[in-house]
Amino acid sequence: MAFGWLPGAVGDIAHGAATTILLIAVTTLAGTLLSILGAAGRRNGPALLKRAIACYVEVMRNTPFLVQLFFIFFGLPSLGIRLDPILAAMLAMTLNMAAYTIEIVGAGLDAVPGGQTEAALALGLRPRQVFIKIVLPQALKIIYPALTSQIVIMMLESAVVSQIAVRELTYEADMLQARTFRSFETYFVVTLVYLAMSMALRRLLVTGGRRALGAGVS
Amino acid sequence: MIEFTLWDIVRNLLLATRWTVLLSLAAFVGGGLVGMAVLFLRISKHKWSRRLASGYIALFQGTPLLMQLFLMFFGLPMLGLRIEPWTAAVLGLTFFASAYLAEIWRSGVDALPLGQWDAGASLGLHYLQELRLIILPQAFSITRAPTVGFLVQLIKSTALTSIIGFEELVRTSNAINNATFEPFKVYGLVALIFFLMCFPLTQYARSLEKRAAGH
Repeated sequence: MAFGWLPGAVGDIAHGAATTILLIAVTTLAGTLLSILGAAGRRNGPALLKRAIACYVEVMRNTPFLVQLFFIFFGLPSLGIRLDPILAAMLAMTLNMAAYTIEIVGAGLDAVPGGQTEAALALGLRPRQVFIKIVLPQALKIIYPALTSQIVIMMLESAVVSQIAVRELTYEADMLQARTFRSFETYFVVTLVYLAMSMALRRLLVTGGRRALGAGVS
Repeated sequence: MIEFTLWDIVRNLLLATRWTVLLSLAAFVGGGLVGMAVLFLRISKHKWSRRLASGYIALFQGTPLLMQLFLMFFGLPMLGLRIEPWTAAVLGLTFFASAYLAEIWRSGVDALPLGQWDAGASLGLHYLQELRLIILPQAFSITRAPTVGFLVQLIKSTALTSIIGFEELVRTSNAINNATFEPFKVYGLVALIFFLMCFPLTQYARSLEKRAAGH
């Protein structure tokens, strides 16, 4: 075990970690938004849309993320859709996460008592207002812990996008170990960085959620 | 240049699927055995055993599987073991699975009323007998759905072993893609094969869940 290479590598590791954070931030926002739309569409949309969303969820949940990533990055160009590695990674992560969070958000929507909608309608709110102002905030509060776990899982899964040469944390680790010939030590350090990041992310989400959604969020 | 027909591609993918299946089964069985050991520590009466097991679980659930596989692949040779991708893949996935399975089964143990332990003790059963005859059978039975659900996750996770060089479905598909330049078709077929393996299990887990909720 030798860690003499470490001081010179801090910059690269920090740069990689920043890219990982960027990836997960974009994925969290886009994925949550997409899953709200998906969950609402699955409940109130036309029959064809309902079926399409159900199919999408099943396909994404029953295939590996790595294969989805390869399909988007290597496969889509044959349809004329050519994406930057980082865009392909963001797209793949968002689509993958949404498949899981559509179910989570949907469970939250189902858990809000129907009387809430009826009361809001009786007060003269339009259906869209009812959804955005009454049902959705309550649903998000209920499912917030599950959403948090999913975001952390996605952050860990993002290590895979190094395979299409997105310069995130794992990619930097690959480059470092090729330069230092200290494979085990490099991956050991980077694993610890991931561990710290997942713990920090979880804590951040819990505190942030408590502030934004009010008490009762754990 | 050799021409690949669709059948050539499918046949080669299916041959590689055997390794994906074998790896999934080996990791599931291995993970189940190690997971039992972790479970024993996790529900032990000694505080330090419980802490040790919690730490083990947090470690595997808080780091990427890809890193765990890299550490196996590069770490075991440092201990003087000659290691091939297959060994690193099986060991890496075994430890990964053990952490998740231990946590799933622990939730089952926790869900049982304390009276079950008391009843066992009042019948004069030894701690291990209590576990074997009363606690574990019930804990396994109520966690059957998440256990099957985790098997699906494990099957999907085997895709990552392609990165450390194990010749399973995804690595074979990369090779085929490099020869045919038909990524849309090749990765589409790979996704289909994974789907055909995982979807029935997902449905099975769902039916178990429904049955459990029906009680």
